[in-house]
Amino acid sequence: MNWVWIGSNLGLIGGRILEHLALTAPPIVIGLVLSIPLGYAASRSKVARSILLSVGGILYTIPSIALLVLVPVVLGLAILNPLNLVAALTIYAVAIMVRSAADAFESLPKDVLASATAIGFSRWQRFFVVELPLAIPVLLAGIRVVSVSTVSIASVGALTGIDQLGSFFTDAFYRYFPTEAIVGMVSVLLIAAAYDLILSRTGRALTPWNRRAAAPSPQMYEADKVASL
Amino acid sequence: MNLFGDALAWIFDPTHWAAGPDISGHLLEHLGVSGLCVLIAVAIALPLGVAIGHTGRGRGAAILISNIARALPTLGLLSILILLYGIGLLPIVVVLVILAIPPMLAGAYAGIESVDRQTIDAARALGMTEWQIIARVEIPLALPLLIGGLRATALQVIATLAIASAFAFGGLGIYLINGLAQHDFVQLLAGAVLITVLALVVDGVLAAAQRVVVPRGVALGRSDRNGPPQRARATRPRALQEGMQS
Repeated sequence: MNWVWIGSNLGLIGGRILEHLALTAPPIVIGLVLSIPLGYAASRSKVARSILLSVGGILYTIPSIALLVLVPVVLGLAILNPLNLVAALTIYAVAIMVRSAADAFESLPKDVLASATAIGFSRWQRFFVVELPLAIPVLLAGIRVVSVSTVSIASVGALTGIDQLGSFFTDAFYRYFPTEAIVGMVSVLLIAAAYDLILSRTGRALTPWNRRAAAPSPQMYEADKVASL
Repeated sequence: MNLFGDALAWIFDPTHWAAGPDISGHLLEHLGVSGLCVLIAVAIALPLGVAIGHTGRGRGAAILISNIARALPTLGLLSILILLYGIGLLPIVVVLVILAIPPMLAGAYAGIESVDRQTIDAARALGMTEWQIIARVEIPLALPLLIGGLRATALQVIATLAIASAFAFGGLGIYLINGLAQHDFVQLLAGAVLITVLALVVDGVLAAAQRVVVPRGVALGRSDRNGPPQRARATRPRALQEGMQS
């Protein structure tokens, strides 16, 4: 470890951390927002479910570096445009989250939904007041998986020339300078841990009725995903 | 969209399949190294995952390992190990195996764990030894999840190997790296198409294997999303059950 290099490059490190945050936060948020209506549709109709989940599965199969090259061609953007990375990460986020959201809405207790209808809730009221809040724990488990993998996949953008923490990895290789790679690695892990903390705290705050019961771990969802991939 | 046509023309240009380090050479290299890494990962993770699933011990550690592995950036791991060991196949194989173990492990223990406890108790009551339970009850019933884990593992390895081309490895990623360096967008896109097609084909083959290999009783159970999938099979007479196991 070359501490002197770290000391004299704090500006660069901070800048790349900010770039990494700016490139990874939108895909996570957009992925969550888009996956809720898509997942709800998938939970309501078998046809929608099979179409959405198989499209998601195919998109998730595309290797990240290939997707990073395909996105600008499809969207007509310049290859160096950072929006390519945001778009590619959003595609992955939605591909993972749709299944999670579909599972979340499918797992709701049917008698609770029937009671909501029985006491006169409209469709929209029932969705926002009953279904969405009850779906939070499973949605949260899914978005935690998404946030961790988004932060790590984003570094691949360095190969197509989009500057963020991943650039430390390629620089370290070209300059034969391991310190940079270690700085990048530690920063990526810290960001992933910070996002995870924010998400789990937010989830806890949003589900006060659930605090005593153990929240489902991201792993529970992963097992599910592997099952029907 | 014309760029896609150019990329396809590039892929099917016979000179790119002729002598020297051509598409078929890079494809075989990609497949060969991927296959080797998947084999090593399966050899390590499958017995470990089955042991965790069967005994229920070490589950916490397995979850922790796979969560950390998901957070590790592959590009960073590759660059650190290559700086440690020098350019060559060894660091690449080590990184790929490290990244391939968690999905296989998760598939294996989740698969074994998903087997209905009553089915296992019934097997035990019939006088099966623990090894017989693992080999004849748990593994056949866990096959959908086991092969699901294998699919995730293979995809992870193929995708990461494409990234390894940035660190002086051949493989299909070489067209991406060369295309970027030479500002040759047709070659770049052709490389992306080749890698995507390879990933989709391998995944499709394994998905087909998943359907063929799975015992019929399990396949029947899976189509019924409301009931516990294994129960239908456990209550059948033993002779029938064995007949279905081919």
